[in-house]
Amino acid sequence: MKKDALHIELGRRYHFSASHRLHNPRLSDEENQRIYGKCNNPYGHGHNYTVEVRVSGSVDRATGMISNLTDLDKFVNERIIEPFDHRSLNEEVAEFQKTVPTTEVLCIEIFRRLQKFPHAKLEAVRVVETSNNSFEYTGN
Amino acid sequence: MVYLTRKIEFSASHVYHNPTLSPRENKRIFGKCNNPHGHGHNYTLEVTVAGEPDPVTGMVLDLKELKEILEREVMQRMDHRHLNKEVSELKGQIPTCENIARVIWNLLDPKIKQGKLHRVRLYENADLFADCYRNGAGARV
Repeated sequence: MKKDALHIELGRRYHFSASHRLHNPRLSDEENQRIYGKCNNPYGHGHNYTVEVRVSGSVDRATGMISNLTDLDKFVNERIIEPFDHRSLNEEVAEFQKTVPTTEVLCIEIFRRLQKFPHAKLEAVRVVETSNNSFEYTGN
Repeated sequence: MVYLTRKIEFSASHVYHNPTLSPRENKRIFGKCNNPHGHGHNYTLEVTVAGEPDPVTGMVLDLKELKEILEREVMQRMDHRHLNKEVSELKGQIPTCENIARVIWNLLDPKIKQGKLHRVRLYENADLFADCYRNGAGARV
């Protein structure tokens, strides 16, 4: 089988912990409580998030790699881990001051921040909020 | 279409070194993975086969058969081996997840007669893996 007959992706998982509160200021307190339940607690709560990043591209013959992990790790650390880890997403991440930081919205925001990775094509971002909930976004 | 996945684990050692590059370049690109004595991992392999369940058996393919194929093609070749020195299919390649996944795909694809090989996912550890698909096969399940 010729090499270009296969599509190969590299997957890497990263971890950060952050707090959030699900609250939409355009809705009444009762509506917020009804929609978001416990997640609407005014003091917020936190999760250990796992972010799975998948990129594709040709495998370099000299290195055997789609992308050097050092480059990918640096890119994700700068754009995701440093600004999000041990933070309040609502208070400390500008994008979430206008939107509700559900994990769906968080997943799309992480994809947007990683989309310009220069060494490979971003295929998907999957965010695991707890062992029972995960969300995946592929850009469309 | 139903996607069936079987998982196996194997342990192997490897080293990342490209003899056409200088020692300094090897160190810069591969870092710790360039340690000349090699190092090892517990690999986890997930093999996904896509197909319609057979109307008589209810199976996409017989798991027993898939188990035997994985034992023969992967376990006997790679488990408790040095990937650079003992796996001829990897000769001349850097045994990264990407390359090992491709080698495993090429070993398994012709052997799977019922259903169609859909995805080979090879984990080097819980946070690093490579996926291999047939190009243009559609859904990345």
